[in-house]
Amino acid sequence: MDLTLFMYLIPSLIMFGCGVYGFITRKNMIAIMISLELMLNSVDINFVVFNRYLFPGSMEGMFFSLFAIAIAAAETALALAIIINVFRIARKVDINQITKLKF
Amino acid sequence: MMDYSQFLLMPQEIGLLLVFLLVFIYDTFMPERSQRYMPIFTVIMMALYTIYCFCFPAATGEAFGGMFESNAPTWVMKNILNVGVLLVLLQAVKWTNSDFVSVRRGEFYELTLLTLLGMFLMISARHFLLFVIGLETASLPIAALAAFEKRHYESHEAAAKYIFTAIFSSAIFLLGISFVYGMSGTLYFKEIATALIGNRSALLIAALAFVIAGVGFKLSLVPFHQWTADVYQGAPTAVTSYLSVISKGAAAFSFLIILVQVFGSAYGQVWEWMLYAVIVLTITLGNLFAVRQRNLKRFLAFSSISQAGYIMLGIIAVNVMGMSSMIYYVLVYIFSNLAAFGVIAAIERQTGKVTMDDYNGLFKTNPWLAFTMMLAMFSLGGIPPFAGFFSKFFIFVGACQQGSIAIYILVLIALVNTIISLYYYLLVVKAMFLRQDDCVIPTIKSHWTERLGLILCVAGIIFIGLISCIYAYINGAVDAISSMFAAIQ
Repeated sequence: MDLTLFMYLIPSLIMFGCGVYGFITRKNMIAIMISLELMLNSVDINFVVFNRYLFPGSMEGMFFSLFAIAIAAAETALALAIIINVFRIARKVDINQITKLKF
Repeated sequence: MMDYSQFLLMPQEIGLLLVFLLVFIYDTFMPERSQRYMPIFTVIMMALYTIYCFCFPAATGEAFGGMFESNAPTWVMKNILNVGVLLVLLQAVKWTNSDFVSVRRGEFYELTLLTLLGMFLMISARHFLLFVIGLETASLPIAALAAFEKRHYESHEAAAKYIFTAIFSSAIFLLGISFVYGMSGTLYFKEIATALIGNRSALLIAALAFVIAGVGFKLSLVPFHQWTADVYQGAPTAVTSYLSVISKGAAAFSFLIILVQVFGSAYGQVWEWMLYAVIVLTITLGNLFAVRQRNLKRFLAFSSISQAGYIMLGIIAVNVMGMSSMIYYVLVYIFSNLAAFGVIAAIERQTGKVTMDDYNGLFKTNPWLAFTMMLAMFSLGGIPPFAGFFSKFFIFVGACQQGSIAIYILVLIALVNTIISLYYYLLVVKAMFLRQDDCVIPTIKSHWTERLGLILCVAGIIFIGLISCIYAYINGAVDAISSMFAAIQ
């Protein structure tokens, strides 16, 4: 059986959906971070698959996903540093308890 | 063999990098006793660089195979942002020299300058790879800046909220870009535009929705605005003022470039209506939520949400006047908002008070600060002799020139909202001038840098509207790329 474009695209979209679902429902900040990583990685899959199946002549999608991975790593590092700071000062990682600023 | 002469097309970026390097070297190698003068050093360097860019004629052309483009409007927009950053840095001098901040004062200036570089790349990018790198360079350091007040819990909460929404929005934006790539096979703006002509597929509509949502988070358009008020309240005031004017202006400009240049063929029936709904919601909800705010920083957050809706009117107009009035609006908005934030920062630094009730009778104790705040509120609300009136007027005229009946209705909604906004802007003025019985804030002596920053802002509020050559200068620059709007359908 040949693997077609959609066999890659549909799992990647499911992954993105799982990421959005996790971002909205999870209460732990680390779990939210993991959900965000799922979303970013599913986008990378999209780029690579489009490049491989539809436009094999150039490498633009591959390069874009390389840069996107590097940017995602920077984002994660910064977010983790901020989560650690919040934990240090408030001793909490549950977003239900981080509600001083509202309305 | 690479052609190094193309770097001559980016003198503003290179100049900014030079300023950054000088500040960095000063921060790292100068002895402890001269560190106190580092903020002033940065302001002087930034001022020299800004003046230099104004004296230089605009560099026009494409570099790096069309990835980077410099032309007259991008040049003008970057100059305007330079002026705004200069004012923000000037107002922050005293704050960065205060006890708990001074250890890390170098980081504030370095991160701010690097963020500005990211915005320059966003404005000039004509390829989505460079655009995404610019977008991330412009938004990630702001999260670090928001967490700058290490002792304050609010600062960290604001930073956490900002970084999560920033990553979420960039993931959504990247998903939209990946669909665009799947349809066109390229990431160059011009080539995407030719590949998308006549395309009305469902995938294009989904991609556009994702792109608008992604950039909408950065611009804090309703319904993507939830983070704005919390971040504005929790972050240090200098960072809030930077976030509310500079990053909003840069995002609005690049949003226009993307929508018109890349998706120009899908204007009618597709993104015109998406943006229409977003503008109506943004202006109305921003105003209605601003009415009930008591904290002045949250109040200005919702006011800036509704101002972003007015800025979007310049995009939906898709003509030369719309674009030039949008740039003009950003210029005026920089001066009026920075005047308001300058007053808030000066009072907050010395007394720690930021709620509207604290401002009762401010005119009695601090007449000049109250006067500046009043001018800022008048300009934000759009009362005639001040610059805010002219910017609103031009942006309405630009939108009306688009000609369809729907846009006339949109302008009418915006006009009604201007009247609602007058109500809450005048609430602040009323508190300062009419309630003289219970003064909370003692007479404070502001630092000369804060005073200079406020004087420049007030001069801008009064004179930008009256000196007509400023608008003519912007309009002349935008005329140079009027062919960009020819592809609109």
